[in-house]
Amino acid sequence: MSATVVEPIPRGTLGTRVGQSVTDWAPAVVVFAAGIALWEGLVRGLDIQEFLLPPPSDIARTLWTERDTLWSAGWFTFEEALGGWIMGCSAAIVTALVLARWRTLATALMPFAIAANAIPIIAFAPITNNWFGTLSQLSKMVIAAVLCYFPVLVNTLRGLTSVRPQQIELMHSYAAGELEIFRRVRIPHALPFIFTGLKVATVLAMIGAIVGDWFGGSLDALGVEIQRQAGVFAFTEAWAAIVVASVFGIAFYSLVAAAERLTMRWHPSARGATE
Amino acid sequence: MSVVSLSNVKKEFGTGGVVALQGINLDIEEREFISLIGPSGCGKSTLLRIIGDLIQPTTGEVVVNGKSAHQARLDRDYGIVFQDAVLFDWRTVAKNIALPLEMMGWDRRKRAERVKKLVELVELTGFEGHHPWQLSGGMQQRVSIARALSFDPPLLLMDEPFGALDEMTRERLNLELLQIWERSGSTVTFVTHSISEAVFLSTRVVVMSARPGRIVGIVDIDLPQPRTADTREGPRFAELIREVRRLLRRGGGFDVEEPAGEEELIVAEEGLQ
Repeated sequence: MSATVVEPIPRGTLGTRVGQSVTDWAPAVVVFAAGIALWEGLVRGLDIQEFLLPPPSDIARTLWTERDTLWSAGWFTFEEALGGWIMGCSAAIVTALVLARWRTLATALMPFAIAANAIPIIAFAPITNNWFGTLSQLSKMVIAAVLCYFPVLVNTLRGLTSVRPQQIELMHSYAAGELEIFRRVRIPHALPFIFTGLKVATVLAMIGAIVGDWFGGSLDALGVEIQRQAGVFAFTEAWAAIVVASVFGIAFYSLVAAAERLTMRWHPSARGATE
Repeated sequence: MSVVSLSNVKKEFGTGGVVALQGINLDIEEREFISLIGPSGCGKSTLLRIIGDLIQPTTGEVVVNGKSAHQARLDRDYGIVFQDAVLFDWRTVAKNIALPLEMMGWDRRKRAERVKKLVELVELTGFEGHHPWQLSGGMQQRVSIARALSFDPPLLLMDEPFGALDEMTRERLNLELLQIWERSGSTVTFVTHSISEAVFLSTRVVVMSARPGRIVGIVDIDLPQPRTADTREGPRFAELIREVRRLLRRGGGFDVEEPAGEEELIVAEEGLQ
């Protein structure tokens, strides 16, 4: 069995790689196009009122005509989400490192963290507005940060502590101290877990920022824009703003996913990924 | 001077709980290849970890390389190999082998030289840049052995290193291990539950019994060195197998009371041959 020579994954030429990814993506693209066409057809055919569901073509037109406002509002809210994401994720990772190092502390604190996670954080938005200023981006960042905190904490802690006992025994046999075991084993082992948390957190940060805007915020913010347009029955504009929010959300997620692939080329899941 | 000297070692798990090991006295001399064999629950892996200072004995004295087991561990006097290869997925073959060297502060050039030699020793040339998951089980275990040998420890502790491999791979790695042992000049303590593996590899086989783990007897393996594939064919090999089996039986290694785990099945199977 061990005589089987395992060859490195064949790396195909650029052409075949692009060809491969086109084949991979084609079904999704077809479904997307069909969905949009169906939507357009149904709205026009059944003569659905615009305030109930505008046709995609109208939304696309609004996206174009209002591009400056929408883009800058999207960017403004993305800043809130990004700021919150950085704050929440770094706090979570630091907490996880501390809890993984002093396990008794984790047993003492984790029940409270889990209980705190059950609190609907969004409901705190008016309070953070009050603390940090309604118009300030910081108040939305705090909401986003709190939303990001828990999933990143739980994932990181799990990654840091799910190291196999023999890996630790091996490090002890080399007379390694705690710090060295963290640096060489626990942290690299936790990376896939951390990235899972970070990716989930991108989505939560966008939700946090937009919903934070809901409770009052700068007129530059996307959440405020959606609420304002919906308030004056400009639903096409509201839909366009939602599309912008999704685009920023997807881009944010993809960026983190790309960073993950770059960092973890060694991971078995990177099999077949470009090297 | 003995490389390992155990006197009156006792290990109890929990206070007043299960006695895993009792009255263990054993001296392992330089250049010896010692196998610890016994039914599951006889504490052979525990004993190996006590020698490596990964578990503390309840009472008794453990001397490794003329110092306390603790000091020997801090001085990196032994390399260890487990049943699983315990390689780090994020490191290539070369970097897995170099891990202990990195921790000992060897510079890059010296590390690369040493790794090159070791890769040749375990016959993995060409695989230095591979990641563990790209290798078969037998190859992974060879990486693990190379890593244990990388810093030339005087003592090699092996905990059922070939237990998870198929019979053919195991026999081939047995031969390779003997060659490595010959060339490296280290002392080996080897835990196994295969009688034929123990007899084939060892200079002495330490037979243990379960509950509590005790040493039932020690069999000197006087088969000529170097051992080859033909060693298994000779009448002396069969005699020694019978001798080890007799001791195992005396230690109660064959009355399998509880539902047999994989370990017991293997020992029982060999008892029927």
